[in-house]
Amino acid sequence: MAMDAGEIERLIREGIPDAEVTIRDLAGDGNHYSATVLAPSFAGKTRVQQHQLVYNALKGNMGGVLHALALQTGTP
Amino acid sequence: MAIEQFIDNEVKSNDVVLFMKGTPQFPQCGFSGQVVQILDHLGVPYKGLNVLESMDLREGIKAYSNWPTIPQLYIKGEFVGGCDIIREMFQAGELQQALKDAGVPVAARA
Repeated sequence: MAMDAGEIERLIREGIPDAEVTIRDLAGDGNHYSATVLAPSFAGKTRVQQHQLVYNALKGNMGGVLHALALQTGTP
Repeated sequence: MAIEQFIDNEVKSNDVVLFMKGTPQFPQCGFSGQVVQILDHLGVPYKGLNVLESMDLREGIKAYSNWPTIPQLYIKGEFVGGCDIIREMFQAGELQQALKDAGVPVAARA
């Protein structure tokens, strides 16, 4: 089971409408990605809160189907 | 004792707690190993809890912090982050500051 970059991007965008999302496939196995998510709505939130917003957008796939997603978050 | 109580007790009775896969001596996951390296580099005393030893703990910790992955680092009972955040904080010197603010000894060379 794996996820493709497009699906990850779509889920994050749906969950965080004002996000700019850049996904890089680290291993080509659909399981190891890095993602940079920049969103004005992250302003004033801690890194943990920002990452949690991204994980919530991924609707439970994180840690299950998606094993490794190296996250970088912030405001544009 | 319910797993949540166990976790709550551990994070509140130890200054620094790392929920990880494997042990500090033998990390069994690259991400857990990275956080172990950072903590060892800083010379920080911490308690390592191996989530691989108990499925209840492995799932319980994710519910406790509303964080889907392992490792998870706690300082003075507060969830600080997973591998990405700890590495980012370390590179920015924020982890060293957070530890000092919490009164946790950090090696001078950090």
